[in-house]
Amino acid sequence: MKPIIEVTELSKAYGDNVVLKNISVDIDSKEVVVVIGPSGSGKSTFLRCLNLLEEPTGGNIAIEGKSLMDKSTSITKIRTEVGMVFQQFNLFPHLKVLDNITLGPIQIRKWPAQKAKSKAMELLDKVGLADKANAFPASLSGGQSQRVAIARALAMEPKIMLFDEPTSALDPEMVGEVLAVMKELAKEGMTMVVVTHEMGFAREVGDRVIFMEQGYIVEQGTPEQIFERPQQERTKAFLSKVL
Amino acid sequence: MDFRFDIIWDYAPLLLKGTLYTIAISISSILLGSILGLGVSFGKMSSRRFLRWPMQSYVNFFRGTPLLVQIYIVHFGLIPLLYGKTNALIAAITALSLNAAAYTAEIYRAGIQSIDKGQMEAAKSLGMTHAQAMRFVILPQAIRRMIPAFGNEFIVLVKDSSLVALITAPEIMYWSNAMKAQYIRVWEPYLAAAFIYFVLTYFLSKLLAAVERKV
Repeated sequence: MKPIIEVTELSKAYGDNVVLKNISVDIDSKEVVVVIGPSGSGKSTFLRCLNLLEEPTGGNIAIEGKSLMDKSTSITKIRTEVGMVFQQFNLFPHLKVLDNITLGPIQIRKWPAQKAKSKAMELLDKVGLADKANAFPASLSGGQSQRVAIARALAMEPKIMLFDEPTSALDPEMVGEVLAVMKELAKEGMTMVVVTHEMGFAREVGDRVIFMEQGYIVEQGTPEQIFERPQQERTKAFLSKVL
Repeated sequence: MDFRFDIIWDYAPLLLKGTLYTIAISISSILLGSILGLGVSFGKMSSRRFLRWPMQSYVNFFRGTPLLVQIYIVHFGLIPLLYGKTNALIAAITALSLNAAAYTAEIYRAGIQSIDKGQMEAAKSLGMTHAQAMRFVILPQAIRRMIPAFGNEFIVLVKDSSLVALITAPEIMYWSNAMKAQYIRVWEPYLAAAFIYFVLTYFLSKLLAAVERKV
Protein backbone atom coordinates (compact mmCIF):
# COMPACT_ATOMS: atom_id res chain seq x y z
CA MET A 1 0.00 0.00 0.00
CA LYS A 2 1.15 3.49 -0.86
CA PRO A 3 2.28 5.61 2.15
CA ILE A 4 -0.26 8.26 3.20
CA ILE A 5 2.54 10.81 3.75
CA GLU A 6 5.61 10.88 1.51
CA VAL A 7 8.34 13.35 2.38
CA THR A 8 11.16 13.60 -0.14
CA GLU A 9 14.36 15.57 0.45
CA LEU A 10 12.48 18.21 2.41
CA SER A 11 14.49 21.25 3.40
CA LYS A 12 13.62 24.47 5.15
CA ALA A 13 15.75 27.53 5.74
CA TYR A 14 15.13 30.94 7.26
CA GLY A 15 17.64 33.00 5.34
CA ASP A 16 21.00 31.39 6.05
CA ASN A 17 19.66 29.40 8.95
CA VAL A 18 18.95 25.90 7.63
CA VAL A 19 16.61 24.09 10.02
CA LEU A 20 15.67 21.04 7.92
CA LYS A 21 18.18 19.26 5.73
CA ASN A 22 17.05 16.73 3.14
CA ILE A 23 14.46 14.95 5.22
CA SER A 24 13.00 11.90 3.51
CA VAL A 25 10.46 9.74 5.27
CA ASP A 26 7.33 7.79 4.36
CA ILE A 27 4.49 7.31 6.80
CA ASP A 28 1.89 4.60 6.33
CA SER A 29 -1.79 4.84 7.00
CA LYS A 30 -2.64 4.01 10.65
CA GLU A 31 0.99 4.37 11.64
CA VAL A 32 1.90 6.26 14.82
CA VAL A 33 5.20 8.05 14.33
CA VAL A 34 6.81 9.81 17.27
CA VAL A 35 9.46 12.44 16.57
CA ILE A 36 11.94 13.10 19.36
CA GLY A 37 15.05 15.23 19.63
CA PRO A 38 16.57 18.19 21.45
CA SER A 39 15.01 21.64 21.11
CA GLY A 40 16.11 23.34 17.95
CA SER A 41 16.47 20.01 16.18
CA GLY A 42 13.83 20.98 13.61
CA LYS A 43 11.20 18.48 14.73
CA SER A 44 8.40 21.04 15.15
CA THR A 45 9.31 22.70 11.86
CA PHE A 46 9.16 19.30 10.18
CA LEU A 47 5.69 18.71 11.60
CA ARG A 48 4.48 22.19 10.60
CA CYS A 49 5.68 21.60 7.06
CA LEU A 50 3.32 18.62 6.80
CA ASN A 51 0.28 20.93 6.68
CA LEU A 52 2.19 23.83 5.19
CA LEU A 53 2.03 26.09 8.22
CA GLU A 54 5.69 26.41 7.29
CA GLU A 55 6.54 26.72 3.62
CA PRO A 56 9.34 24.28 2.71
CA THR A 57 12.25 25.76 0.78
CA GLY A 58 13.05 22.54 -1.04
CA GLY A 59 11.97 18.96 -1.65
CA ASN A 60 8.48 17.60 -1.75
CA ILE A 61 5.66 16.49 0.53
CA ALA A 62 2.80 14.40 -0.78
CA ILE A 63 -0.33 13.53 1.21
CA GLU A 64 -2.39 10.69 -0.23
CA GLY A 65 -0.35 11.04 -3.40
CA LYS A 66 -1.04 14.76 -3.85
CA SER A 67 1.99 17.00 -3.80
CA LEU A 68 1.64 19.99 -1.50
CA MET A 69 4.13 21.89 -3.64
CA ASP A 70 1.95 21.53 -6.70
CA LYS A 71 0.19 24.84 -7.39
CA SER A 72 -2.99 23.01 -8.43
CA THR A 73 -3.31 21.28 -5.05
CA SER A 74 -5.81 23.02 -2.77
CA ILE A 75 -3.95 23.41 0.49
CA THR A 76 -7.11 24.28 2.41
CA LYS A 77 -8.64 21.01 1.18
CA ILE A 78 -5.58 19.03 2.31
CA ARG A 79 -5.71 20.71 5.72
CA THR A 80 -9.26 19.49 6.29
CA GLU A 81 -7.80 15.96 6.11
CA VAL A 82 -4.85 16.76 8.39
CA GLY A 83 -5.78 17.77 11.94
CA MET A 84 -3.33 19.57 14.15
CA VAL A 85 -2.95 19.95 17.90
CA PHE A 86 -0.71 22.73 19.21
CA GLN A 87 1.45 23.11 22.27
CA GLN A 88 -0.48 26.23 23.30
CA PHE A 89 -3.91 24.66 22.47
CA ASN A 90 -4.98 27.73 20.45
CA LEU A 91 -8.64 27.32 21.32
CA PHE A 92 -10.81 30.16 20.06
CA PRO A 93 -11.42 32.13 23.28
CA HIS A 94 -14.49 33.99 21.99
CA LEU A 95 -16.39 30.77 21.34
CA LYS A 96 -17.85 28.24 23.74
CA VAL A 97 -16.28 24.80 23.78
CA LEU A 98 -19.08 23.39 21.64
CA ASP A 99 -18.75 26.19 19.07
CA ASN A 100 -14.99 25.75 18.95
CA ILE A 101 -15.63 22.21 17.80
CA THR A 102 -18.52 22.86 15.41
CA LEU A 103 -16.98 25.89 13.67
CA GLY A 104 -14.92 23.85 11.22
CA PRO A 105 -17.57 21.28 10.30
CA ILE A 106 -20.23 24.00 9.82
CA GLN A 107 -18.17 26.58 7.96
CA ILE A 108 -15.80 24.36 6.02
CA ARG A 109 -17.51 21.00 5.68
CA LYS A 110 -20.89 22.76 5.37
CA TRP A 111 -22.58 20.32 7.71
CA PRO A 112 -26.00 21.24 9.08
CA ALA A 113 -25.69 22.68 12.61
CA GLN A 114 -27.51 19.73 14.17
CA LYS A 115 -25.18 17.15 12.67
CA ALA A 116 -22.10 19.16 13.70
CA LYS A 117 -23.46 19.50 17.20
CA SER A 118 -24.16 15.82 17.71
CA LYS A 119 -20.70 14.97 16.35
CA ALA A 120 -19.17 17.52 18.73
CA MET A 121 -21.04 16.08 21.71
CA GLU A 122 -19.93 12.60 20.76
CA LEU A 123 -16.30 13.80 20.65
CA LEU A 124 -16.60 15.73 23.92
CA ASP A 125 -17.94 12.57 25.50
CA LYS A 126 -14.97 10.67 24.13
CA VAL A 127 -12.46 13.11 25.64
CA GLY A 128 -14.45 13.15 28.89
CA LEU A 129 -15.65 16.74 28.74
CA ALA A 130 -19.32 16.53 27.77
CA ASP A 131 -20.20 18.67 30.79
CA LYS A 132 -18.00 21.52 29.46
CA ALA A 133 -19.87 22.01 26.18
CA ASN A 134 -21.17 25.42 27.18
CA ALA A 135 -18.08 26.61 29.00
CA PHE A 136 -15.69 29.17 27.57
CA PRO A 137 -12.06 28.11 27.04
CA ALA A 138 -10.83 30.55 29.70
CA SER A 139 -12.54 28.47 32.38
CA LEU A 140 -10.77 25.23 31.42
CA SER A 141 -7.57 23.79 32.84
CA GLY A 142 -4.66 23.14 30.50
CA GLY A 143 -5.42 19.45 30.24
CA GLN A 144 -9.08 20.13 29.52
CA SER A 145 -8.16 22.76 26.92
CA GLN A 146 -5.90 20.35 25.11
CA ARG A 147 -8.56 17.64 25.12
CA VAL A 148 -11.02 20.12 23.61
CA ALA A 149 -8.39 21.04 21.01
CA ILE A 150 -8.07 17.37 20.11
CA ALA A 151 -11.84 17.09 19.80
CA ARG A 152 -11.88 20.21 17.61
CA ALA A 153 -9.34 18.70 15.24
CA LEU A 154 -11.15 15.36 15.17
CA ALA A 155 -14.48 17.00 14.33
CA MET A 156 -13.23 17.54 10.79
CA GLU A 157 -12.84 13.76 10.53
CA PRO A 158 -9.21 14.01 9.44
CA LYS A 159 -7.23 11.07 8.12
CA ILE A 160 -4.03 12.25 9.77
CA MET A 161 -3.42 13.96 13.11
CA LEU A 162 -0.34 16.05 13.85
CA PHE A 163 0.59 16.74 17.48
CA ASP A 164 3.10 19.51 18.16
CA GLU A 165 4.39 18.97 21.71
CA PRO A 166 0.82 18.58 22.98
CA THR A 167 1.78 18.14 26.63
CA SER A 168 4.71 20.55 26.92
CA ALA A 169 2.63 23.46 28.20
CA LEU A 170 0.75 21.35 30.76
CA ASP A 171 1.20 21.02 34.46
CA PRO A 172 2.63 17.57 35.17
CA GLU A 173 -0.57 16.22 36.72
CA MET A 174 -2.49 16.95 33.51
CA VAL A 175 -0.15 15.25 31.08
CA GLY A 176 -1.71 11.85 31.70
CA GLU A 177 -5.26 12.78 30.72
CA VAL A 178 -4.08 14.15 27.36
CA LEU A 179 -1.83 11.18 26.63
CA ALA A 180 -4.71 8.84 27.47
CA VAL A 181 -6.87 10.46 24.78
CA MET A 182 -4.01 10.20 22.28
CA LYS A 183 -3.44 6.57 23.18
CA GLU A 184 -7.10 5.82 22.58
CA LEU A 185 -6.90 7.54 19.21
CA ALA A 186 -3.86 5.48 18.22
CA LYS A 187 -5.69 2.33 19.20
CA GLU A 188 -8.55 3.27 16.89
CA GLY A 189 -6.14 3.34 13.97
CA MET A 190 -5.59 7.05 13.45
CA THR A 191 -2.49 7.98 11.49
CA MET A 192 -0.52 10.15 13.89
CA VAL A 193 2.69 12.14 13.81
CA VAL A 194 3.61 13.24 17.31
CA VAL A 195 6.41 15.58 18.31
CA THR A 196 6.92 15.08 22.03
CA HIS A 197 9.29 14.87 24.95
CA GLU A 198 7.19 12.12 26.53
CA MET A 199 9.50 9.15 26.09
CA GLY A 200 7.07 6.85 27.87
CA PHE A 201 4.41 7.65 25.30
CA ALA A 202 6.88 7.18 22.44
CA ARG A 203 7.86 3.79 23.74
CA GLU A 204 4.37 2.56 24.52
CA VAL A 205 2.30 3.96 21.68
CA GLY A 206 4.72 4.65 18.83
CA ASP A 207 5.01 2.24 15.92
CA ARG A 208 8.12 4.10 14.90
CA VAL A 209 10.37 6.61 16.61
CA ILE A 210 12.34 9.19 14.65
CA PHE A 211 15.25 10.91 16.34
CA MET A 212 16.12 14.31 14.87
CA GLU A 213 19.05 16.57 15.58
CA GLN A 214 20.29 19.72 13.86
CA GLY A 215 17.81 19.39 11.01
CA TYR A 216 18.64 15.78 10.16
CA ILE A 217 16.92 12.51 10.85
CA VAL A 218 19.74 10.85 12.75
CA GLU A 219 18.07 7.53 13.36
CA GLN A 220 14.68 5.88 13.16
CA GLY A 221 13.20 2.56 14.05
CA THR A 222 10.80 0.77 16.35
CA PRO A 223 10.69 2.02 19.95
CA GLU A 224 12.69 -1.06 21.00
CA GLN A 225 15.41 -0.33 18.46
CA ILE A 226 15.69 3.33 19.40
CA PHE A 227 15.36 3.03 23.16
CA GLU A 228 17.09 -0.32 23.76
CA ARG A 229 19.66 -0.56 20.97
CA PRO A 230 20.34 2.89 19.51
CA GLN A 231 23.02 2.70 16.81
CA GLN A 232 24.11 6.32 16.62
CA GLU A 233 26.26 8.02 19.23
CA ARG A 234 24.12 11.15 19.10
CA THR A 235 20.97 9.16 19.78
CA LYS A 236 22.63 7.50 22.75
CA ALA A 237 23.83 10.87 24.07
CA PHE A 238 20.33 12.36 23.79
CA LEU A 239 18.60 9.41 25.38
CA SER A 240 21.07 9.29 28.25
CA LYS A 241 20.02 12.84 29.07
CA VAL A 242 16.25 12.40 28.87
CA LEU A 243 15.65 8.89 30.15
CA MET B 1 -22.85 90.96 31.11
CA ASP B 2 -26.34 89.84 30.35
CA PHE B 3 -26.98 86.42 28.93
CA ARG B 4 -29.97 86.32 26.57
CA PHE B 5 -31.61 82.95 26.87
CA ASP B 6 -34.41 84.33 24.73
CA ILE B 7 -32.29 84.33 21.55
CA ILE B 8 -31.19 80.77 22.19
CA TRP B 9 -34.85 79.96 22.60
CA ASP B 10 -35.57 81.69 19.28
CA TYR B 11 -32.93 79.60 17.62
CA ALA B 12 -33.81 76.35 19.37
CA PRO B 13 -35.67 74.83 16.41
CA LEU B 14 -32.72 75.52 14.10
CA LEU B 15 -30.18 74.30 16.63
CA LEU B 16 -32.23 71.16 17.05
CA LYS B 17 -32.32 70.66 13.30
CA GLY B 18 -28.55 71.24 13.25
CA THR B 19 -28.10 68.68 16.01
CA LEU B 20 -29.97 66.10 13.96
CA TYR B 21 -27.71 66.89 11.02
CA THR B 22 -24.62 66.55 13.21
CA ILE B 23 -25.87 63.17 14.42
CA ALA B 24 -26.69 62.01 10.89
CA ILE B 25 -23.36 63.21 9.47
CA SER B 26 -21.43 61.60 12.33
CA ILE B 27 -23.21 58.25 12.17
CA SER B 28 -22.94 58.04 8.37
CA SER B 29 -19.27 58.97 8.46
CA ILE B 30 -18.32 56.54 11.18
CA LEU B 31 -20.17 53.72 9.39
CA LEU B 32 -18.75 54.47 5.95
CA GLY B 33 -15.34 55.24 7.41
CA SER B 34 -15.25 51.97 9.37
CA ILE B 35 -16.15 49.89 6.32
CA LEU B 36 -13.63 51.72 4.15
CA GLY B 37 -11.04 51.56 6.92
CA LEU B 38 -11.32 47.77 7.08
CA GLY B 39 -10.40 47.58 3.41
CA VAL B 40 -7.57 50.05 3.87
CA SER B 41 -6.15 48.09 6.80
CA PHE B 42 -6.23 44.81 4.86
CA GLY B 43 -4.46 46.58 2.01
CA LYS B 44 -1.87 47.94 4.40
CA MET B 45 -1.24 44.51 5.91
CA SER B 46 -1.12 42.78 2.53
CA SER B 47 2.06 41.07 1.45
CA ARG B 48 1.47 42.46 -2.05
CA ARG B 49 3.28 45.71 -2.55
CA PHE B 50 0.83 47.08 -5.15
CA LEU B 51 -1.90 46.92 -2.49
CA ARG B 52 0.17 47.90 0.49
CA TRP B 53 1.87 50.94 -0.94
CA PRO B 54 -1.26 52.90 -2.03
CA MET B 55 -3.04 52.14 1.23
CA GLN B 56 -0.01 53.24 3.25
CA SER B 57 0.04 56.47 1.24
CA TYR B 58 -3.68 56.92 1.82
CA VAL B 59 -3.24 56.70 5.58
CA ASN B 60 -0.21 59.00 5.48
CA PHE B 61 -2.10 61.61 3.47
CA PHE B 62 -5.22 61.69 5.62
CA ARG B 63 -3.30 61.63 8.89
CA GLY B 64 -0.72 64.09 7.70
CA THR B 65 -2.95 66.88 6.38
CA PRO B 66 -5.50 69.01 8.24
CA LEU B 67 -9.09 67.83 8.16
CA LEU B 68 -10.23 71.31 7.12
CA VAL B 69 -8.01 71.18 4.05
CA GLN B 70 -9.42 67.75 3.21
CA ILE B 71 -12.97 69.08 3.59
CA TYR B 72 -12.22 71.94 1.18
CA ILE B 73 -10.57 69.62 -1.35
CA VAL B 74 -13.58 67.31 -1.27
CA HIS B 75 -16.16 70.09 -1.30
CA PHE B 76 -14.66 72.37 -3.94
CA GLY B 77 -12.75 69.77 -5.93
CA LEU B 78 -13.81 66.16 -5.66
CA ILE B 79 -17.60 66.47 -5.40
CA PRO B 80 -17.99 68.97 -8.30
CA LEU B 81 -15.69 66.73 -10.33
CA LEU B 82 -17.81 63.62 -9.73
CA TYR B 83 -21.23 65.18 -9.24
CA GLY B 84 -21.16 68.27 -11.50
CA LYS B 85 -21.99 70.70 -8.70
CA THR B 86 -21.24 71.23 -5.03
CA ASN B 87 -23.28 69.59 -2.30
CA ALA B 88 -22.30 70.45 1.25
CA LEU B 89 -23.90 67.44 2.91
CA ILE B 90 -22.39 64.89 0.55
CA ALA B 91 -19.01 66.63 0.75
CA ALA B 92 -19.18 66.67 4.55
CA ILE B 93 -19.93 62.97 4.82
CA THR B 94 -17.39 62.08 2.13
CA ALA B 95 -14.56 64.06 3.70
CA LEU B 96 -15.26 62.85 7.24
CA SER B 97 -15.59 59.24 6.04
CA LEU B 98 -12.34 59.34 4.10
CA ASN B 99 -10.60 60.84 7.11
CA ALA B 100 -12.14 58.35 9.55
CA ALA B 101 -11.12 55.49 7.25
CA ALA B 102 -7.45 56.38 7.71
CA TYR B 103 -7.74 56.42 11.49
CA THR B 104 -9.95 53.34 11.77
CA ALA B 105 -7.57 51.47 9.43
CA GLU B 106 -4.89 51.89 12.07
CA ILE B 107 -7.28 50.76 14.79
CA TYR B 108 -8.12 47.61 12.82
CA ARG B 109 -4.47 46.90 12.10
CA ALA B 110 -3.46 47.25 15.73
CA GLY B 111 -6.41 45.11 16.83
CA ILE B 112 -5.80 42.36 14.31
CA GLN B 113 -2.08 42.25 14.96
CA SER B 114 -2.70 42.00 18.71
CA ILE B 115 -4.32 38.57 18.25
CA ASP B 116 -1.92 35.70 18.93
CA LYS B 117 -0.70 34.14 15.68
CA GLY B 118 -1.61 30.71 17.02
CA GLN B 119 -5.25 31.66 16.40
CA MET B 120 -4.64 32.08 12.67
CA GLU B 121 -2.63 28.86 12.62
CA ALA B 122 -5.37 26.93 14.39
CA ALA B 123 -7.99 28.29 11.97
CA LYS B 124 -5.84 27.44 8.96
CA SER B 125 -5.06 23.98 10.29
CA LEU B 126 -8.80 23.28 10.25
CA GLY B 127 -8.84 24.13 6.56
CA MET B 128 -10.07 27.72 6.66
CA THR B 129 -9.05 30.18 4.00
CA HIS B 130 -7.43 33.40 5.16
CA ALA B 131 -10.75 35.21 4.71
CA GLN B 132 -12.69 32.61 6.73
CA ALA B 133 -10.10 32.72 9.50
CA MET B 134 -10.39 36.51 9.61
CA ARG B 135 -14.17 36.42 9.67
CA PHE B 136 -14.78 33.65 12.19
CA VAL B 137 -11.69 33.71 14.38
CA ILE B 138 -9.56 36.85 14.19
CA LEU B 139 -12.01 39.73 13.75
CA PRO B 140 -14.53 38.68 16.43
CA GLN B 141 -11.68 38.74 18.95
CA ALA B 142 -9.94 41.79 17.53
CA ILE B 143 -13.10 43.91 17.44
CA ARG B 144 -13.52 43.58 21.19
CA ARG B 145 -10.07 45.01 21.69
CA MET B 146 -10.80 47.79 19.21
CA ILE B 147 -13.94 49.10 20.90
CA PRO B 148 -12.23 51.63 23.20
CA ALA B 149 -10.18 53.04 20.31
CA PHE B 150 -13.27 53.16 18.11
CA GLY B 151 -15.08 55.03 20.88
CA ASN B 152 -12.37 57.69 20.92
CA GLU B 153 -12.47 57.97 17.16
CA PHE B 154 -16.24 58.34 17.19
CA ILE B 155 -16.12 61.11 19.79
CA VAL B 156 -13.38 62.95 17.90
CA LEU B 157 -15.44 62.66 14.73
CA VAL B 158 -18.54 64.17 16.34
CA LYS B 159 -16.51 67.17 17.46
CA ASP B 160 -14.59 67.49 14.20
CA SER B 161 -17.84 67.47 12.26
CA SER B 162 -18.21 71.09 13.41
CA LEU B 163 -15.67 71.99 10.71
CA VAL B 164 -18.16 71.26 7.96
CA ALA B 165 -20.02 74.43 8.98
CA LEU B 166 -17.34 76.14 6.89
CA ILE B 167 -18.74 74.54 3.73
CA THR B 168 -22.32 75.43 4.81
CA ALA B 169 -23.46 71.97 5.87
CA PRO B 170 -26.42 72.92 8.09
CA GLU B 171 -25.27 71.36 11.36
CA ILE B 172 -24.90 72.76 14.89
CA MET B 173 -21.97 75.08 14.24
CA TYR B 174 -23.53 76.43 11.07
CA TRP B 175 -26.59 77.62 12.98
CA SER B 176 -24.46 79.03 15.79
CA ASN B 177 -22.61 81.12 13.26
CA ALA B 178 -25.91 82.23 11.79
CA MET B 179 -27.12 83.19 15.24
CA LYS B 180 -23.98 85.18 15.91
CA ALA B 181 -24.36 87.04 12.60
CA GLN B 182 -27.99 87.83 13.24
CA TYR B 183 -27.70 89.10 16.83
CA ILE B 184 -24.02 90.17 16.77
CA ARG B 185 -23.54 88.31 20.04
CA VAL B 186 -20.80 85.83 20.89
CA TRP B 187 -21.55 84.05 24.16
CA GLU B 188 -25.01 82.71 23.49
CA PRO B 189 -24.40 80.99 20.11
CA TYR B 190 -21.08 79.42 20.99
CA LEU B 191 -21.89 78.37 24.53
CA ALA B 192 -25.10 76.85 23.20
CA ALA B 193 -23.09 74.96 20.58
CA ALA B 194 -20.52 73.85 23.17
CA PHE B 195 -23.32 72.65 25.42
CA ILE B 196 -24.96 70.59 22.66
CA TYR B 197 -21.67 69.00 21.59
CA PHE B 198 -20.88 68.20 25.20
CA VAL B 199 -24.25 66.51 25.71
CA LEU B 200 -23.77 64.49 22.52
CA THR B 201 -20.28 63.28 23.36
CA TYR B 202 -21.18 62.66 26.99
CA PHE B 203 -24.03 60.34 26.06
CA LEU B 204 -21.93 58.75 23.36
CA SER B 205 -19.18 57.94 25.84
CA LYS B 206 -21.76 56.44 28.23
CA LEU B 207 -23.19 54.39 25.37
CA LEU B 208 -19.74 53.15 24.37
CA ALA B 209 -18.91 52.23 27.95
CA ALA B 210 -22.11 50.17 28.04
CA VAL B 211 -21.19 48.45 24.76
CA GLU B 212 -17.73 47.72 26.11
CA ARG B 213 -19.17 46.09 29.21
CA LYS B 214 -21.59 44.02 27.19
CA VAL B 215 -19.16 42.34 24.78
